[in-house]
Amino acid sequence: MTPPRSAFGASPPGGVSPHRASACALASGWRTPCDMQVARRRQRTGRAGSAASAWLRWQLLGRSLVLALTGCLLPAVADDGRALWPTIEKPAKGAQCVEDTATMRRQHMDLLKHQRDDTVRGGIRGAKHSLKDCVGCHAGAKTGSVAAAPGDFCVSCHTYAAVTIDCFECHTGKPAAVAQRKP
Amino acid sequence: MSKPHNAARRGFLGTAAAAVGGVMLAPGIQLIEVAQAATPGASAKVRWGMLIDTTRCASGCTDCVTACNTENGLAPPARSTDPQWIRKVEIKEIKTGRAASLPVMCQHCAEPPCVDVCPTGASFKRADGIVLVDRHSCIGCRYCMMACPYKARSFVHEPLADQRPDVPRGKGCVESCTLCVHRIDQGDKTTACAEACAKAGHGAIVFGDLNDPQSEISRRVRAVASVALRADLRLDPGVRYQGL
Repeated sequence: MTPPRSAFGASPPGGVSPHRASACALASGWRTPCDMQVARRRQRTGRAGSAASAWLRWQLLGRSLVLALTGCLLPAVADDGRALWPTIEKPAKGAQCVEDTATMRRQHMDLLKHQRDDTVRGGIRGAKHSLKDCVGCHAGAKTGSVAAAPGDFCVSCHTYAAVTIDCFECHTGKPAAVAQRKP
Repeated sequence: MSKPHNAARRGFLGTAAAAVGGVMLAPGIQLIEVAQAATPGASAKVRWGMLIDTTRCASGCTDCVTACNTENGLAPPARSTDPQWIRKVEIKEIKTGRAASLPVMCQHCAEPPCVDVCPTGASFKRADGIVLVDRHSCIGCRYCMMACPYKARSFVHEPLADQRPDVPRGKGCVESCTLCVHRIDQGDKTTACAEACAKAGHGAIVFGDLNDPQSEISRRVRAVASVALRADLRLDPGVRYQGL
């Protein structure tokens, strides 16, 4: 007897493919018995009726999608602070950002890059879009930094987006009050 | 290379924006943060410089070096390759036996050789005469270190942590004395080394605007004989030495 086909490809009878199990870590716990059930049912039906087989295939696809979506939307933070979804910590101080959230999400890199040249080469300091001010508000409560731990403000999103962040190779991720070097 | 910054125009626009913001907003309702006022930036009318009186500089005193390290977040150098922005040099004329002690740092040349040789434009001279490294474009090739006749520049070999918020520094870049540019830009009229020297009672370092005829440094360089180190290179340094 040929092994039953799942929506994502071949899977062993009564089991779930490791590929699908890793597709969404949280949903896998729910999906496995479901898959097994479907697989068993399919084993019982055998080759009988291709219409029933197609219906089952679609139902399986639908269920998998629903479970996958549900699983991904749930907050999932591992013990070491890594997360499936970026954890946006609310800033400790500052009621409002210098730009609205959508602008900051899309354009913070351009704003910072534009102003850094003004500051380094032109000596204009304290303007609206400075990295120092970002750090001043967004430093995490636990680490006192925007870039010390995986859950910190900058690192969290950059890890999620898989964009390397080089700012803090030179700039301190801690606000002025915290970052006092011991002589 | 860098575009000229029209400080006056920026200042005007900033003031205008602040004024409009102030009028538009009802009392108690703050829609935008208007309060932040940017500094006007480096002005070409200014030429920052230093006069170092070697007759007052005490042999063995390293207060300026310590102050520089503290201000800029440099660890005291443990190895010869560790970054050092200012160093004390002891000199002695063999014939007469006359000894002198003096701090040497980036001389902030008007014709800086480090800027000439930089392949990326990272080494640059600001409008107000301060020679800096833009670490965003420094590739760490160290041509500038070769070119500098004063050995003023250092390369950061090791990864750094806990930098000062105003003084970003990092591995793989060349750096040198910035004339405490972060303080000067905020309107401060002295550098960490000059401040420490005055505090120690020597007052051997005078910092100021060489273009302002009323400034103390201008009066001093007018009144007393001072020399530039390696004057034969005609680099027109902003740092001058008295009593050498």
